[in-house]
Amino acid sequence: MNSINKTFASEQVEISGQDALTGYMSFKLGNFTFSRDEYFAKITWTAKEQEHSHLMSIDAFLRAIMRDVAWGFFYGWVNFDHVIGTQNHYGSVDMYAGTFNGVLNAAGVDYVENFETPKIMATFKAILHDWVNEGFDPFAAPEETGSAFGRKNGYNDEAIDRYRIATKRMPGLENDSPLREDLPVNRQFLDVAQDEPLVHCEPGFEGQLSAFNLFKYMSRSDVTWNPSVTSVCKASLFCPTTEEYILPIFHGNDRVEWFMQFSDEITWDIGDKNDGSPFARIIMKPGDICAMPANIRHQGYSTKRSMLLVWENATPDLPEKYASGELPPYPVSF
Amino acid sequence: MNTTYTTKFGSLDNFEKGTIQLIQGKASHYVFSNVFEVAKNATPYDKTVVGINQKYVIESIRAEGSSDWFTCSHDEFVISMDGEVRVDFLKLNQAVDSTLEGTQAAGSQPEGKPMGYVVLKQGHQAILPAGTAYRFNSQKPSTLLLQTIKGPLSIEKWDEICLK
Repeated sequence: MNSINKTFASEQVEISGQDALTGYMSFKLGNFTFSRDEYFAKITWTAKEQEHSHLMSIDAFLRAIMRDVAWGFFYGWVNFDHVIGTQNHYGSVDMYAGTFNGVLNAAGVDYVENFETPKIMATFKAILHDWVNEGFDPFAAPEETGSAFGRKNGYNDEAIDRYRIATKRMPGLENDSPLREDLPVNRQFLDVAQDEPLVHCEPGFEGQLSAFNLFKYMSRSDVTWNPSVTSVCKASLFCPTTEEYILPIFHGNDRVEWFMQFSDEITWDIGDKNDGSPFARIIMKPGDICAMPANIRHQGYSTKRSMLLVWENATPDLPEKYASGELPPYPVSF
Repeated sequence: MNTTYTTKFGSLDNFEKGTIQLIQGKASHYVFSNVFEVAKNATPYDKTVVGINQKYVIESIRAEGSSDWFTCSHDEFVISMDGEVRVDFLKLNQAVDSTLEGTQAAGSQPEGKPMGYVVLKQGHQAILPAGTAYRFNSQKPSTLLLQTIKGPLSIEKWDEICLK
């Protein structure tokens, strides 16, 4: 137990036991319990006075919870799969099981509970810390990392302590987030040009002009599916990311967001945000740009590591406006 | 076994638009276009909106030859999507009206001090700092992506550019 990281609110983490055979801790979060074995994460809750449970392959579970932690619960709904997930209320967070699954919700066997953000964050971090073994990086694509399976075998805190990069205006500016000169080029981006733009400042204007090679910057991203800010125009945030394998969550946003494909190809599965029924599959190629409306959930598939621009509007009052119908879920009618 | 990977980028002369496989609803809800196709069919330096989120926009611009000068009261950002584009900057003698959002026309020769220039190739990004004037120059046609707020020069023509 002394191996639990002392992070913010770590005293609120409830450890309910340690499995003698597998070596893993189990955790309690309100009326949810979380446990893992050699292959699966198991989440249990009570509905209609009966215990209900859900299993996820442990590698998929750890990739999902890794994103939720790194993104600080992100915008709107982060569905780990078709049953469990979280909804961000920016100060508190709902954890749900089956609530946004049409069948489970209609049967009344779903369950949702609200938690103060520090408590659920500390619990999720403790789960990651305990359940991620040495050699498994839940931020990496499967081909890049070891196995999540088996009994407790060491830790990989270095891999799970990475977060979204916060940028004030643009990376590389004075007092802003750094460029990625010290990170190696990913094996799937070795053909991406590494030249930097020419910047010439007249005397007296040194440091006022700035440019950098965004594709080079992305080619050196050491994580997959992790939107990180690279330019800030008031509440308009460019959050490019490099994608490989499957987006580990199904994201249902509480606002409209946009995708632009910089390189290669991604297929997006689009479903109804509330019940998960399928709406469309969208295939995006270089230069394609499209909206993700506010009433859908999406999950992307990328065979080759690809460069994607995620574009967010961080204005705080947007969720109420979409929820109340003041704003239509689609950004443009034509 | 082949262990090398080829990263596929697009350009004005070489792009392939993706597709929407619709199950229910309307394809137009996804406002799907391709920035190279938009630039290919645009007049040089027209600012075609390809993404809009409330007042914020992404514009696709065909850079070809020299543009007029533009200015803005807030930061904007430009990414060269294919060719080589030079951006010249002026520190304007007269301040930009801070109540105006989006790109403003600054004419063919505004008064100000040359600040310098940047040269952007494919994938390069530059800040267009608030309160400066800037001008693009490109020997060959290329595609720019601009992050800004909808302004007097923004052109919306969704019906022409989007999948339906």
